[in-house]
Amino acid sequence: MSLIEIEDLSVTFRAKGREVRAVEGVSLKVGKGESFGLVGESGSGKSTILRAICGLVPVTGGSIRIGGQPLPSPRGRAFSTQVQMVFQDPYASLHPRHTVDRTLSEPLAIHGIPGSDARVVQALTDVGLPPAFRFRYPHQLSGGQRQRVAIARALMLQPKVLLLDEPTSALDASVQAEVLNLLNRLRAERDLTFLMVSHDLAVIDYMTDRILVMQHGRAVEELSRSDLAAARMTTEYARSLFAASADRMLDPAVAAPA
Amino acid sequence: MTLLDVQNLRVTFATEAGPVEAVRGVSFSLGRERLGIVGESGSGKTMTGRAVLRLIRPPGRIEADRMVFDGQNLIEASEREMRALRGKRIGMVMQDPKYSLNPVMTVGDQLTEGLRRRDGLGRRDAEAKAISALEAVQIRDPARVMEAYPHELSGGMGQRVMIAMMLIPEPDLLIADEPTSALDVTVQAEVLAILDRLVRDRGMGLIFISHDLRLVARFCDRVLVMYKGRVVEELQASNLLAAQHPYTRGLLNCLPRIGGPREPLPGLDRTGAWAE
Repeated sequence: MSLIEIEDLSVTFRAKGREVRAVEGVSLKVGKGESFGLVGESGSGKSTILRAICGLVPVTGGSIRIGGQPLPSPRGRAFSTQVQMVFQDPYASLHPRHTVDRTLSEPLAIHGIPGSDARVVQALTDVGLPPAFRFRYPHQLSGGQRQRVAIARALMLQPKVLLLDEPTSALDASVQAEVLNLLNRLRAERDLTFLMVSHDLAVIDYMTDRILVMQHGRAVEELSRSDLAAARMTTEYARSLFAASADRMLDPAVAAPA
Repeated sequence: MTLLDVQNLRVTFATEAGPVEAVRGVSFSLGRERLGIVGESGSGKTMTGRAVLRLIRPPGRIEADRMVFDGQNLIEASEREMRALRGKRIGMVMQDPKYSLNPVMTVGDQLTEGLRRRDGLGRRDAEAKAISALEAVQIRDPARVMEAYPHELSGGMGQRVMIAMMLIPEPDLLIADEPTSALDVTVQAEVLAILDRLVRDRGMGLIFISHDLRLVARFCDRVLVMYKGRVVEELQASNLLAAQHPYTRGLLNCLPRIGGPREPLPGLDRTGAWAE
């Protein structure tokens, strides 16, 4: 049975008499322990799907089930022990006036989990940060360190599913490598299920087993990792994304001046 | 022919904790070609670009043994002489259209402002010229874009407007600071193609600043790799894969590749003597 089942999901925003269909009739299934990727350009609706799962945007059609159960609205505490999200911009997603300690212990306090001291130290160690970072503020951390704190925060309640919304697009290439390695290690250690959004096809390919290509709020094509590597895509759009992907330029066959 | 020659450029900021050197002795020369400058955040690539236009305010200080653009000494030039160069002879495209366009002026007003003030054109002529500049960067509906405010444009459109604005005075040298970093890959490819054609057709020199080594390698003729304010390696873009320097190799290797292996990505080793 799939852990995440999304069927015919639609998200429509209404503002000033105008309708914006951010997501239209998208279906996907992610099995337990699997890593699934969503790619597409900005405005394709990929982040909106993650936000719809978390209840941050209204679901106007279709259904989302986690572990076979439909999700309550509002999502409630049980949901946050199962599903957590890591956002794109570590500069914006951490509270600037809360210490790392406060950011990490807040979910424990809300859920009445004792022993927050030891858990916070453990969480920092797990994401490769020294325990002394507990008492720092976000502005005292580099971008990569902040994203590690954001990942630690998402893991405080030991969720089964991690929703990753462009977790490395604000980071330098070398820092991106460190964060991707960290995410893969945590996934293996904790048997996590990933649903990851990125515009970078190479990152998605490295991190996930299957990908769904999206455009204008609709699913264009689902590809397995081997399909992608062998360029076995059937739609024009998926092919153009593949062709424009920056990593292709390193391929000696392709890198010849155009 | 050398368009720009820079020797031993240094940019220093006086801070409470003492002077901080953002650029430490960078030298390069540029003809009518495409030069890429790559590096991570904080490597001094943007400061190098800005220093050429002397766009660094106190407490920042620019020093160089030599910084000559087309026979004119940029270190000695007066502020007035610099103003005559900026825009007209050396253009600069900034990273983010959201922050670099004036939010309370229409695109049309921003495009024609320079033409009317600097070149003394009448409204009608200035508008015609602005519209043809927008057409040159492949904006399909230039009349509508002229009327629009920056927030009414997408990122790709805003970026094209900035490129159009810089190209109106037909500069000899264009400094593009991460001109496509805020854009989607497909739009990025379009904007690069536009820049490429303009550089070729007009025979401009281009300094292309980016953190994306792969992009720079595809787009430029020559690449400077910067780390901590120094140029650690200079190479022909076509030879990028044959890069020797451990930092350049590290930057290349830490990027995932489609269909590549699943083992952990190698981190950057910053222990060598070059990392001082």
